[in-house]
Amino acid sequence: MKKRSLTEITIPSKILINLIFIIVSLICIVPFILVISVSITDESIIMREGYRLIPSVVNLSAYEYLFTDINQIVRSYMISIIVTASGTLLSLILTAMYAYPLYRKDFPFRKFFAFFIFFTMLFNGGLVPFYIMYTQVLNLRNNLFALIMPFLLNPFFVIIMRTYFTQNIPDSVIESAILDGAGELRILTKIILPLAMPVFATIGLFVTIIYWNDWFMSLLFISKNENISIQYYMYKTMLNIQFMLNNPQAAAMAGSIKIPSETIRMAMAVVGIGPIVIAYPFFQRYFVKGLTVGAIKG
Amino acid sequence: MKFKRFKILIRDIKKYKALLLILSPPVIYLIINNYIPMLGVIIAFKEINYSDGILGSPWVGFKNFRFLFATSDAFVITRNTLGYNTAFIIMNIIVPVSIAIALNELRNKWLPRIYQAVMLFPYFISMVVTSYLVLALLSHNNGFFNSALMPFLGKDPVNWYDAPVYWPFFLVAINVWKTAGYTSIIYLASLAGIDPQLYEAIAIDGGGKWAQIRYISIPMLRPIIIVMTLLSIGKIFNSDFGLFFQVPLQSGTLFPVTNVIDTYVYRSLILTNDLGMAAAAGFYQAIVGLILVLTTNTIVKKINPANSLF
Repeated sequence: MKKRSLTEITIPSKILINLIFIIVSLICIVPFILVISVSITDESIIMREGYRLIPSVVNLSAYEYLFTDINQIVRSYMISIIVTASGTLLSLILTAMYAYPLYRKDFPFRKFFAFFIFFTMLFNGGLVPFYIMYTQVLNLRNNLFALIMPFLLNPFFVIIMRTYFTQNIPDSVIESAILDGAGELRILTKIILPLAMPVFATIGLFVTIIYWNDWFMSLLFISKNENISIQYYMYKTMLNIQFMLNNPQAAAMAGSIKIPSETIRMAMAVVGIGPIVIAYPFFQRYFVKGLTVGAIKG
Repeated sequence: MKFKRFKILIRDIKKYKALLLILSPPVIYLIINNYIPMLGVIIAFKEINYSDGILGSPWVGFKNFRFLFATSDAFVITRNTLGYNTAFIIMNIIVPVSIAIALNELRNKWLPRIYQAVMLFPYFISMVVTSYLVLALLSHNNGFFNSALMPFLGKDPVNWYDAPVYWPFFLVAINVWKTAGYTSIIYLASLAGIDPQLYEAIAIDGGGKWAQIRYISIPMLRPIIIVMTLLSIGKIFNSDFGLFFQVPLQSGTLFPVTNVIDTYVYRSLILTNDLGMAAAAGFYQAIVGLILVLTTNTIVKKINPANSLF
């Protein structure tokens, strides 16, 4: 039997720690299991027993109902994908364009521009001027660009990217490229970009999550059905159900509108989280790796 | 002398015009998206009417602020914002640091990775989805709490969305649930970098596990804990809008414990259309936030310059 090293903990405490983590892990995923299970439970069982973790009678009618509105769901998914993809790409380009000059030690204005972006972290005008800027000056109401523009440049990501450049790309590489007569844009795209792929991937992942999960900008700027993202669609569904539940008379008067039931609500949530659940095992590793790169060095 | 400096400036601009050109799109973006709206704080000192526009509208001095602080809302939103953020900051040190230290002790290759992956998952979920998950637990008629947990504990069902007393606990728990896995990764990475010989040295001197944690792990984590806390204190006047607005399903009964500055500004601006109040509350939030960051940073700089942010 292998001898326990001096600093290793005892077997009983190991078992205890593992037990605690199993409970914590369960707390993290049980709500998701509950939602999935409710969405496939028979409605009448729910009325009798309430929400249970394991459905006693499986019934997929909630999904059948949801798919009668399949056009809006597909449309909303398309909006989310378009906004997320173009937002992430634009954001990476702008972040690199800001981080690269700050990384150049010979650039005499780097202190000024470092402060210029850092100041936006310290102070902001708040929601009201921002809202007026977007709606009155830029006229972005009901425009998808209103969902993209707010998250294009984050000072944190600029700092992380700049630090990554500094620690992984020696000045001599840039100096020799300049001696060879390469232009700045060429150095950025042909030398920096390939050498700094990991930090682009990490920041890209962060930005993707920000865009995909955002619904506040839709709440502020979007009113037309054709521009509703999947998150905002889920928000509106929830709102409509709450309204029906709080105003039974109004719901009865509406008559023809079918009241979305308990199971349909949860099926909506499943449709909304589906892609993240499927993609999660693939990007999770990279995320952990990237987070530690950014955190320790940044 | 001045002329010489000006000449150097011109020379530098010419020499680095390519880099300045690369910088110009993001700089223009910052001017439009951040700097011009900063000037918009003057709205708080004006009585805006749309016929005169922002610049043409009359100045009213501190009238909007007097109205804001005359309401009981000002106290409630300040108390809630500061109270919740303080609780979040404390919990976001205790829970993730404990998770990181415990995971680090397991010395097993794949188990910690699985726990980590599972605990990180809630971080990727939007607040709208979170509101669905919370509803599945708290729904009055059929939610998991009322249909399974409360009968199991031998208690009567509770109408959770109409019971403000429970929400401070719920909101703190939801915040920890969403962020603890994420934050613990950062701490775990710092722990992994600690030289094992340091622990052995304490062990040889007869120090048990607790002594090793107290004298090695925690001191090694201290700088990163301070940085993370400083960043949170800088945002102590801001809140996650979704958590306070959508997770309680905008229930009016819960406003005394869920209304924070961000939700107040939104409601004043969009729902009640009270531009002056919204701008005053927003200005109050921005100024106090700025003062807090500068103060905490100065204090940290005095105690230990290496730990300050700037």
